[in-house]
Amino acid sequence: MSLISRGFAGRARTTSSDRLPPGQYDAGGSFPVLTAGPTPRVDIGTWDFTVQGQVDEVARWSWQQFRALPREDVTTDIHCVTSWSKLDTRWQGVSLDTILGHVETAAEYVTVFSDGGYTTNLPLEDLTGGRAWVVDTYDEEPLAAEHGGPARLLVPHLYFWKSAKWVRGLALTSTDEPGFWETFGYHSYGDPWRSQRYAGD
Amino acid sequence: MTTSDMTADGTADEGPESRRLDGNAAAGPLRELFSVDIIAAACTCAHCGGTTALAEHVLYADAPALVLRCPSCTGVVLRYASAGGQARLDLTGARLLVLDLAHDGRPG
Amino acid sequence: MTTPTVTTAGPARRGGRLLWTPARVRSVQAETARATRLVLEVPGWAGHVPGQHLDVRLTAPDGYRAKRSYSVASGPEQPHVELIVERLPDGEVSPYLTQQLRVGDELEVRGPVGGWFVWHASLGGPLQLIAGGSGVVPFLSMLQHREAAGSDVPARLLYSARALPDVIGADRVAATDAGVTLVLTRQAPATWQGPTGRVDARLLHEHVVPPDARPQVFVCGPTGFVEAVADALLELGHPPERVKTERFGTGGGAT
Repeated sequence: MSLISRGFAGRARTTSSDRLPPGQYDAGGSFPVLTAGPTPRVDIGTWDFTVQGQVDEVARWSWQQFRALPREDVTTDIHCVTSWSKLDTRWQGVSLDTILGHVETAAEYVTVFSDGGYTTNLPLEDLTGGRAWVVDTYDEEPLAAEHGGPARLLVPHLYFWKSAKWVRGLALTSTDEPGFWETFGYHSYGDPWRSQRYAGD
Repeated sequence: MTTSDMTADGTADEGPESRRLDGNAAAGPLRELFSVDIIAAACTCAHCGGTTALAEHVLYADAPALVLRCPSCTGVVLRYASAGGQARLDLTGARLLVLDLAHDGRPG
Repeated sequence: MTTPTVTTAGPARRGGRLLWTPARVRSVQAETARATRLVLEVPGWAGHVPGQHLDVRLTAPDGYRAKRSYSVASGPEQPHVELIVERLPDGEVSPYLTQQLRVGDELEVRGPVGGWFVWHASLGGPLQLIAGGSGVVPFLSMLQHREAAGSDVPARLLYSARALPDVIGADRVAATDAGVTLVLTRQAPATWQGPTGRVDARLLHEHVVPPDARPQVFVCGPTGFVEAVADALLELGHPPERVKTERFGTGGGAT
């Protein structure tokens, strides 16, 4: 059995709040950076966001076009699968409803892809209905590269690995194709309120 | 090579580079699974075909798993995590591991 | 079948998975203003090769855990396992190990681990060690072993530290018959005769065993230091297969 380390508490953390899903603690003022690879250096001049895959025509936005889309302020709680949560985070960006509004598709799933090769999958339905954004602003500042800047996905109702950093687009698919962590056994949906960490949870 | 975050005294300030370690730091976790030390193994990358000791691979440890990437092409070579009573190992990026059985770090 | 040369019971036995085991803290001493030397008694310790690590795991009463890996500072001939832990300002584990841990406490450890960044007298030389900050720790073990084993392998240490009071392992560094070059990067006494500033190709050229002597080179320190030094060594003609590196982070999430 494990030994309790006398006097060790670890980082100060709150674990009891009805805003915290099971097994999560409140990271408070800190914003942990989790990274599985090098931070991509992104040139805004060549950055674009595309919606491709099962679509009649690939939709593409340059950085300037993306910045000109209608913007929304979002204040939300986020939940990382490694058990930290952060409450009342403030973002600004473009709703996926806006981005997907012009897209005709029969697809039911999405593979989100990013600079650096990261991917994650989720049902297309979860990107609509005011539940997902492409954000480029955090706490009124341009999103820092370590947190996914210039732009990342924000899908706060799912574990935060679904909110892909350095996002570059969506590939619409008819089947659910596991992404970077999902191929490692992480849950294909990832609902923090149902503790869907691993496949089978 | 990123040295911009390094102060002149050879200590790193907090920055992205301080999150980049090497395979040496994965030795302990991998001994949860393997009875020998595999970080000294020469690993052939399934992405680019380059061969390097796992110890000299780039390690990202601040993630849901330990992620070892090829020092030549940055492709993912190995992922390992243990949680909830299960160990997970992905070696799809490692085409071949060659391990010297004569000694596992010890003079033999 | 071959017979293992090291056959022992206990946590460090050869073969088999490695389990966490309680160690007892025998002493806690200030090494420098920011670093602390821990002397541990690890039951069943089968000995280590200089350069190997010991993993440490802390568990809070609510089950929260944090793990870190530290190079062993002591040599294999010394009676106990010693770690030198530098306190990181935003750290989670290092403040506990340097400020809260007391003699008699138990600490869960796993080791020794790591079979790559190691040196033993039987591996020969010449030996060139290059350290940035607390990256000197594995080299203290190597130097202790070299002397205890009566090895005549020529050895040099190039050690970059902020200032004289930050020198870790000062006793060992002063006592060794290996050639030592200390580089002070932030603050040097007015009487200082040695090199100062960043460890660059020029400094490496002047103070490191040249490539034609075929040294085994070990570089340990923060990531930026190690990568800059390794690059400069390759430029100077050291073959990559004779340069081993070990990076340590300054942060690190709990796993």
